[in-house]
Amino acid sequence: MEKRVTFKGWLLPMCLLMPQIIITAVFFFYPAGQAIYQSLFIPDPFGLSMRWVGLGNFEYLLGDPYYRASFVTTAVFSLLVTVTSMGFALYLAVLADRLIKGSGVYRTLLIWPYAVAPAVAGVLWLFMFNTRVGVVSWYLGLLGYDWNHVLNEAEAMGLVVVASSWGRVSYNFLFFLAGLQAIPKSVIEAAAIDGARFWTRFRTIVFPLLSPTTFFLLVVNIVYAFFETFGVIHTITSGGPQQATTILVYKVFSDGFVSQDLGSSAAQSVILLVIVGALTIVQFKFIERRVHY
Amino acid sequence: MKIRTLLGAFASTIALSSNAYAATEIQWWHAFTGRLGELLAEQIEEFNASQSDFVVVGSHKGNYSETLNAGIAAFRAGEQPQILMVFEVGTATMMAAKGAIKPVYEVMAEGGAPFDPDAYMGAVKGYYTTTDGDMLSLPYNSSTPVLYVNRDAFTAAGLDPDMDLSTWQNVGEALDGLKAGGEDCPLVTAWQSWVHLENLSAWHDVPFASKENGFAGLDTELMMNGPVQVAHIEAMGQWAKDGKFIYTGRRNEGGANFRAGECALFTESSAGYAGVKAEAKFDFDIRTLPYWEGAGNAPQNTIIGGSSLWVMAGHDAEEYKGVSQFLSFLSSSDVQAKWHQNTGYLPITTEAAEQTKAEGFYDANPGTEIAGMQMTGKAPTGNSKGLRLGSFDQIRGIIDEELEAVWAGDKDAKTALDSAKERGDALLRRFEQANR
Repeated sequence: MEKRVTFKGWLLPMCLLMPQIIITAVFFFYPAGQAIYQSLFIPDPFGLSMRWVGLGNFEYLLGDPYYRASFVTTAVFSLLVTVTSMGFALYLAVLADRLIKGSGVYRTLLIWPYAVAPAVAGVLWLFMFNTRVGVVSWYLGLLGYDWNHVLNEAEAMGLVVVASSWGRVSYNFLFFLAGLQAIPKSVIEAAAIDGARFWTRFRTIVFPLLSPTTFFLLVVNIVYAFFETFGVIHTITSGGPQQATTILVYKVFSDGFVSQDLGSSAAQSVILLVIVGALTIVQFKFIERRVHY
Repeated sequence: MKIRTLLGAFASTIALSSNAYAATEIQWWHAFTGRLGELLAEQIEEFNASQSDFVVVGSHKGNYSETLNAGIAAFRAGEQPQILMVFEVGTATMMAAKGAIKPVYEVMAEGGAPFDPDAYMGAVKGYYTTTDGDMLSLPYNSSTPVLYVNRDAFTAAGLDPDMDLSTWQNVGEALDGLKAGGEDCPLVTAWQSWVHLENLSAWHDVPFASKENGFAGLDTELMMNGPVQVAHIEAMGQWAKDGKFIYTGRRNEGGANFRAGECALFTESSAGYAGVKAEAKFDFDIRTLPYWEGAGNAPQNTIIGGSSLWVMAGHDAEEYKGVSQFLSFLSSSDVQAKWHQNTGYLPITTEAAEQTKAEGFYDANPGTEIAGMQMTGKAPTGNSKGLRLGSFDQIRGIIDEELEAVWAGDKDAKTALDSAKERGDALLRRFEQANR
């Protein structure tokens, strides 16, 4: 017989749920509602007047070819950040999982970069890759490679991807390691006795069993790449050269907080919200089917 | 000794704090740290010590953009300071916010502190003055672009470091010589839009935007795709292609290269003087910004960058009285002369410039007078008073993008500037809509 624990009445469950509901309402629903409301106006920065423009802000944005181009930039950027940070983290986690001695030290060191704020991480990477005085670009120069991310679009994109992924590797590493350690050793040993080599074991046993973790990280990392990377972009490239690294969230930030165009900024947040919402639904509908819990 | 210093500090703290209770407090939000922050704090201390009715309290609110945002957010919450520092790019935003600001000329008239608008340098105050001559905000730190020359690099390349560099034609020849002499980095610049388009336009007396560069109305359109500007950007693009102009970034990244002695010529704000002087281990001098011989009415005058002090609305008369006294104090010759000599920023009054000259500062520090001369050589015209464009920060971003396309060889100068105009005009129309 199925064992079920249920509450009698409504009061207690509501009380227990309330804190989470209040937090979500205050920090998510209210600001999101405000953004939707503001996106229908062109306000002046000081809040002295609001001009109703209906969907005018959206028309203005979607009619701008440069704004439409930044959808592609964002897709490329998010994909690269997600793949880089998850791929590298998985590699490190597999290595750390096999360690017998000193694994604690490795784990601690690998987690550190997560504590570095994105904008600070941006400055660190910028120093290393500064076109003239950076350490890395100097060594590249010795090898005969002329690093110049202020004019070369691909190099600029590469640099912001690396800087955005770096701190994320730590976060992903943590989850992958926990996931790996939750896989029963007996399953792997059985496969080893059957003669399966490491790669075969990884492909047929470890990776499928890790899929819930991978799926969770996929969702979280895409959300990260979409929303939290403007600090890195702001410090390293300001969206340049030309528009090579202008991703959607950077434009929200710079239009709203640097240029005080609050109507356009609000409309952009709404667009971003819709995209990420749709993306998450797609992920749950199509990718989650392939996840084994 | 130590105890006495401590006691002294304690006593003065008590004196200051008891002072603060009796006196009216004036909040000043600013964007300065480091050396500039110290000099600003000294000005405040000096003012507070000079009288007992008012206490000015300075608060650092981050960089220019962050300070402006802090001021705006505070105004929305009804907690705005009396005085807010706003960079020149934010001028149109502040001007359009009629209910949020109190124009300086009004504050001074009501407060009764001595104020003579004619004492201020025309080219400096012009940026912050209406077409009717009313001063809206008080210029605080103002600088203008000049040309820095690494004399050692010229000698190393076999050129005469005293050669005439007043025109871009001559600079072009110098760049040829430098390149031929093995110089890797003949020319770098800081703030490309400010130096090579905004100031270029004023210096040649050609419009950057219609309606007197936006002074005469919000229905202004960009005009920086005119023949003078296109010719200049084309020449710069060619120099970039030939490795004679090295692009280092949108802000003042090139300063690090020049100060390290890696580059021969550098177009940068006159306020960069202190940094160059402190770090340069080579012989350098300062020249006027070059102009194209035969183009426009060059040399006209260059325009400023920097910040001004805006008085926010919503405070009582007593506080405004204090503000007017403080602004009057800041405009005094001694304060201005000291500020000018310590920072490389321009003095805001003619008297302060004369005082600096009389003190022999220019003779002891050759090159520091160049910026002032460049600004005051001719009376400003409609094209050289300054710029008053909404969303100007974003427009500069667009200009940066388009110029990068030229430096990378992806677009020619005309196409890039036409596109910058078109994209910038869309933002100007939006700003007009928001502030109608």
